[in-house]
Amino acid sequence: MAAVSMEHGLILAGVLFALGLIGVLVRRNIIFMLMSIEVMLNASGLAFVVAGSNWGTADGQVMFIFILTMAAAEVAVGLALVLQLYRRFKTLDVDAASKMRG
Amino acid sequence: MTVVFWISAAVTVISTVMVITRRNVVHALLYLIVSLLAMAVIFFSLGAPFVAALEVIVYAGAIMVLFIFVVMMLNLGARASQQERQWLKPRMMIGPAILAAILMIELGYAIFAGGGIEIITGEPVGAKQVGMSLFETYLLGVELASILLLAGLVGAYHLGRRDRSEEEES
Repeated sequence: MAAVSMEHGLILAGVLFALGLIGVLVRRNIIFMLMSIEVMLNASGLAFVVAGSNWGTADGQVMFIFILTMAAAEVAVGLALVLQLYRRFKTLDVDAASKMRG
Repeated sequence: MTVVFWISAAVTVISTVMVITRRNVVHALLYLIVSLLAMAVIFFSLGAPFVAALEVIVYAGAIMVLFIFVVMMLNLGARASQQERQWLKPRMMIGPAILAAILMIELGYAIFAGGGIEIITGEPVGAKQVGMSLFETYLLGVELASILLLAGLVGAYHLGRRDRSEEEES
């Protein structure tokens, strides 16, 4: 079992980010897209923590706390949008909301 | 602790793949919670215990509860209870339960057999250091984050309420 270097942690973050991106691109259910965005934010936070741990500073963890704050605000607004979408279109399919109404 | 890192990395990737391939929202949420818990174990093994605790409390606790609230609000139909019964069959819990059990075992290993908080690279960076850095170097960022949260609060309230005309109809 090889020792864990910074590259391994960053590769793991990259894999998770790619999985989240695939989720956003492939799924059309808006709740799944929001969950994939959460996965992507989490992966970027992991990259920050890995880098901060590599150099032994607290900056990476501070950045993770900021990402956490942003994710909380984003998911609150996003879920309110999900409720609005469901009320107007009676579906969770984002393609139903592809037309703008001025 | 290297073993702990690799096992929880595998658990994270597996459960994330399960998240983006499930059809049911509730099943995907179960796997997403397991993924976040595994991520917390990774942070712990990287020497970031404060962030690991925040991950469990804020992500797996608060944000997932928001998701579950919305899922429950969206299914207020007559067939909701029937659907719930189909979704929460005991065998649907097996996959997340196995992954969570793996995490539990390795957490026990890390605490009891791993020799305290021995970590992979260098010294652990504790909550004190993070707090000093957060409130000295990054004080402006903290203020901006509080404004962002306020904006999120107001925005969620504005978007989430019903229109007045809609209320009068119903």
